[in-house]
Amino acid sequence: MNDKPTCIELSNISFQWPQTQSPLISIEHLSIDYGEHLFIQGASGSGKSTFLNLLTGVLTPTTGIISILNQRLDSLAHYQRDQFRADHFGVIFQQFNLIPYLNVLENVALPLSFSAYKHKRAELLNSDTSKQALRILEALGISSELANQNVTQLSTGQQQRVAAARALIGTPEIIIADEPTSSLDEDAKHDFINLLFKEAEKFNSTLVFVSHDKSLASNFSRTMHINDYNNLT
Amino acid sequence: MNLSIFKLAFKSLKFRKFSIGLTIFSLATSIMLFLFVDTVRVQAKDNFVNTVSDIDLIVGSRSGSIQLLLYSIFHIGNATNNVSWDTYQKISKHPRIAWSIPLSLGDSHKGYRVIGTQSDFFKYYRLRKNNKLAFNQGQPFSSSLEAVIGANVAKQLAYTLNDEIILAHGMGSVNIAKHNNAPFKISGILMPTGSTLDDSILISLSDLELIHIGWEHGVPTQKHLADINLEKHHDLEPKSITAFLLKLKTKHDVFSTQRAINDYKKEPLLAILPGITLLELWKVVSVIEKVLLLISAFVIISAMLSMLAIILSNLNSRRHEIAILRSMGVSPLGISLLLIIETEILILISIILAVVFMYVFVAIIGPYIHSSFSILIELSTPTTFQISLLLIVLLGGLIISLIPAINAYRRTLQDGLTIRS
Repeated sequence: MNDKPTCIELSNISFQWPQTQSPLISIEHLSIDYGEHLFIQGASGSGKSTFLNLLTGVLTPTTGIISILNQRLDSLAHYQRDQFRADHFGVIFQQFNLIPYLNVLENVALPLSFSAYKHKRAELLNSDTSKQALRILEALGISSELANQNVTQLSTGQQQRVAAARALIGTPEIIIADEPTSSLDEDAKHDFINLLFKEAEKFNSTLVFVSHDKSLASNFSRTMHINDYNNLT
Repeated sequence: MNLSIFKLAFKSLKFRKFSIGLTIFSLATSIMLFLFVDTVRVQAKDNFVNTVSDIDLIVGSRSGSIQLLLYSIFHIGNATNNVSWDTYQKISKHPRIAWSIPLSLGDSHKGYRVIGTQSDFFKYYRLRKNNKLAFNQGQPFSSSLEAVIGANVAKQLAYTLNDEIILAHGMGSVNIAKHNNAPFKISGILMPTGSTLDDSILISLSDLELIHIGWEHGVPTQKHLADINLEKHHDLEPKSITAFLLKLKTKHDVFSTQRAINDYKKEPLLAILPGITLLELWKVVSVIEKVLLLISAFVIISAMLSMLAIILSNLNSRRHEIAILRSMGVSPLGISLLLIIETEILILISIILAVVFMYVFVAIIGPYIHSSFSILIELSTPTTFQISLLLIVLLGGLIISLIPAINAYRRTLQDGLTIRS
């Protein structure tokens, strides 16, 4: 045992749809520590999405073991995995991250509606959870004046920050970011990553950042690749 | 700040308010149409039944039973023959008879029927659940040359008490001989009844006889008209009447009395039980009624299908939204539930709107129907049939909403957190 306990552990994972020849992804072994910021680089179509679906428990591996926060994901029923994701994950997508019919504040606070665990953790920081949402927004550079705005009126950069705030609320143990910067320009990319890092570090969240963009790797302490054979190395 | 699935469903509907609003409007209109057709159907029938509510037998000269009912009560068509006054006297004085009302039809005033009868009419005639005829203004005719007019006559021709009216010989509105020498004074105006009485003018039989002195050949001769001194003639007895209504002392005697009248030797008569004949008549009408109901049911179905089409086409543009909800741990079942709740909210709003529309529509169009068809459409609480229809629509919506729900469920499992397009 090292000083940082393991947060995520995958071994001998492979996944393939029934009646297909080759696996979409295979991972011999992957271990991610608490608070680690891991960059996973892979070309589009390399199995990144499958990897994230496995990690978040949307899909179950054909073979192998996934253990997250000492919980065997593959031994949970699908609705238990959904609840596990609601409680312990925050997810940021590439784009169209926000629910169009909710305003900025409602979007950020939405995860708390689906997880009593996150709700409780948010309340520990501030008994008024909307104040907590506003604080995260402000830390990410979204002023409270925008809180009641329709999300469709925001710029792409602002939308991604709101999405990050939503992933961060309730201080989930694991943040998953799936190409969150690909719709942003160069300067905005680094700003976004820096802010995300800062907020993730505050609560020692583990960050798994997936992108095709090799130039981002320099920001991370560890980088892994999904190669042409769909193996994670 | 806890947004439940319900709140999400509401906000999502509100977000697409234009397309959802149109869907709700078309659904509400189609449901209203059905409710309206059903209300008119039920209330028209009630109106008809109420018109003959306390009469045991209707007697006229021998013809078809529906024909007799139509011309004597509903003023549709004409009698082929009359009943002699002697026969009427004989039958109405029979010990089994509680009361009788003679009816003499044929004259008119500006297209409205004149009914010659006796003041017993106001005493015995019953409408809608045994209500006596009520007067809006005035009283029954008492002295000579007085008339009582129905609510529609008063309204359409803007008559008030003590106005004088000239009756015309026969039906029709132009170029017919008029009883110019004998104007009638309006002594009373009836409350609306929802029956043909609303379009009728009631005068006494003896007055009717009086104004026809000298008209034996169908047209007046100047000589005769000049000779008549109206004041001289009192309580004239007619030679014949069109039909008469009978009420027996005991219901028990109805069938034997009917048989006796039908077998009456001196004159060919027909006695009918109005309730039974009305049912025969309604069998004919009910075909149309059922067709109308069926058409309105199809209108609802087509509105529901267009709702389904809109929900399904929206579903495609909501894949991102679904992926986001999935990433927050909403289960595929939760996504399906969201779609089902959205549809049911939509239908519930449509139903509530439909009922409101229906009341507004009846309130607006009711007076027009009354003045045109003498049918009183009243605002009433929805009937059991209507409530069950609304429940069927709600249930139908639930079944329909399963289609996008199942569709979304499958896609949700396939898409996971990413959208394949």
